[in-house]
Amino acid sequence: MSPPLPPRGLRALEIEPNVAGIGLALVVAAIGFDLATGGIFLTPRNLSNLAIQSSVVGIMAAGMVLVIGARHIDLAVGSIVGVTGMAAAVLQVEWFPVDAAWGWPLATFAALALGAGIGVWQGYWTAYRSIPSFIVTLAGLLIFRGLAYLWTDGRTVAPLQPGFERLGGGFDGAIGSTGSLVLGGVAVFIIAGSTLRRRVDRRRHQIPTRPLWADTVRICVGAGGILGFVAVMNAYTLPRSDIGRGVPIPVLFMLATAIGLDGIARRTRFGRHAFALGSDPAAAALSGVRVRRVTLATFALMGLLAGLAGVLTSARLGAGTNTMGTLAELRVIAAAVIGGTSLRGGSGSVVGAVLGAVFMQSLENGMVLLGVSSALRQICIGLVLLLAVWIDSATRGRRTI
Amino acid sequence: MTATPLVDLSAICKRFGGLEAVSNASLTLYPGEVVAVLGHNGAGKSTLMGVLSGATPCDSGTVRIRGETVEISSPARARALGVETVHQQLALIEELDAVANLFLGRELRTRFGLLDEEAMEAAARDVLGRLNPRFTQLREPVRNLSGGQRSTIAIARAVHFEARVLILDEPSAALGPTEKRTVAETIEALRAEGIGIFLVSHDLHDVMDVATRVVIMRAGRTIGGGNTADLSHDEIVAMIVSGGPDR
Repeated sequence: MSPPLPPRGLRALEIEPNVAGIGLALVVAAIGFDLATGGIFLTPRNLSNLAIQSSVVGIMAAGMVLVIGARHIDLAVGSIVGVTGMAAAVLQVEWFPVDAAWGWPLATFAALALGAGIGVWQGYWTAYRSIPSFIVTLAGLLIFRGLAYLWTDGRTVAPLQPGFERLGGGFDGAIGSTGSLVLGGVAVFIIAGSTLRRRVDRRRHQIPTRPLWADTVRICVGAGGILGFVAVMNAYTLPRSDIGRGVPIPVLFMLATAIGLDGIARRTRFGRHAFALGSDPAAAALSGVRVRRVTLATFALMGLLAGLAGVLTSARLGAGTNTMGTLAELRVIAAAVIGGTSLRGGSGSVVGAVLGAVFMQSLENGMVLLGVSSALRQICIGLVLLLAVWIDSATRGRRTI
Repeated sequence: MTATPLVDLSAICKRFGGLEAVSNASLTLYPGEVVAVLGHNGAGKSTLMGVLSGATPCDSGTVRIRGETVEISSPARARALGVETVHQQLALIEELDAVANLFLGRELRTRFGLLDEEAMEAAARDVLGRLNPRFTQLREPVRNLSGGQRSTIAIARAVHFEARVLILDEPSAALGPTEKRTVAETIEALRAEGIGIFLVSHDLHDVMDVATRVVIMRAGRTIGGGNTADLSHDEIVAMIVSGGPDR
């Protein structure tokens, strides 16, 4: 038996093609907008705003990768944002004592639980009652939007507790420059540690490892990205001071979600089974995948993330309103698809989807800076979606990585 | 032969709507036996095997494994009882690589509960290499592999987890000549270890060399059979076609 040759050249870096594609598009867009806006786009202030603006869609896009990967769809995420964001607002303002310190944390927890519960509801109808998820979640889109409205008779609920509003990334809504540096350092340490650990594990099992230079490049790029990001966030200072704001809290949630969901998708049994049943439900069932349970769990996870997005949305607005999350489902699905998730199921990349959300928000943000009208922005983003999927399907056949 | 059969199916019935796919079928399998289940397309062979593999749980009848009455409600349950199946369509996931397919549903995990990719890859390399020394594309999605490589994965998946009973459903349908020989050798090796094997086929030539016994199915019933050594090719054909050697 001849051992397989270790990969050579650029392939040794094992970059996911989807992630590489969207990453490249992002860099091109950033440079283009920066030139076109005369240097406004790539300022710490704009990048911090951009990151905050991306976080709600980015968080949900990460979950949508698993839902679409399992060959389902969730059209209700925007409405879940609406009802959970409203729940967080109503609970802390009207149900709990206004000045209670535990008010907003408990309201947040309840909103997350509500999101997960709605996910279980949708997963139940899809998995155990065999209603197509398109229909279940289309119904959910109507039901939960209606519930949010009915709950408050359409009122806007405000003001919210200051501690809660910090979650949205507004005033005092970042973790400061020291905290950001510490977190960044920990992240670099983890990346380097896990990469090296993997090397050792593979050696121990006598499986070919990546060339040392490839692991080194991966660690350096990862560390550079993290520390660079922290530096930019720290360069955006509080008004009339040189105190860096650091990483905004919603962005922290987005990064944590991206890392967590990427791990779930690629390194857990649940994630693997979700993609397996999306690729071929019958074969997955014959292989011992508990199709219904896994399906339910993907919707529950999606609901939880939509609940988190709802919390961040109302925190950012400083109010619970009836339009929160409207049409978010379309942006979430678009972000996942731009990030390389196939609507046929079976494959997708969490990192790609989150980058897809950042990319779409960059287009939006950049065009706003350029004074492009809202109608024209919609047209452009629609065309980009079409283009992204076309490039993906046109190159899929030729990929050998 | 030992007194207790590995598998004892008795009075099995399975309906699909108005169609009685299997009616009152009975079948036994002893350790070290290779039993060919023969019959026309639609005779109920695959359905009866599905009752054992968990793919199509039966409506009535008794399933005993090593003397114990069991209820095989799902493929996962069948696997837990030591019943492994190589399905006609192989049941591989196109998007996943060979390692992931081999361990699908039985992934090895680290103490943190995460997939232990290194351990799985090492084990996959060993088991696949034993079946097919030229198999090195462990990390290639199955979509990009040849028919022979796919069947190697499917067989490896069935033999890697200490099967007591192996079901091969139309194994030759997806195989080239080399793989057919590998399958025959693998069957012989497993039989010698005391594993019981069901071989489902509608092609007599495929099974006569490896089967120790044949069972004929017709219209959902098991209508007869015997030791391969005692039966001529023509007698078996006569049973498949007309329902009995002298009728």
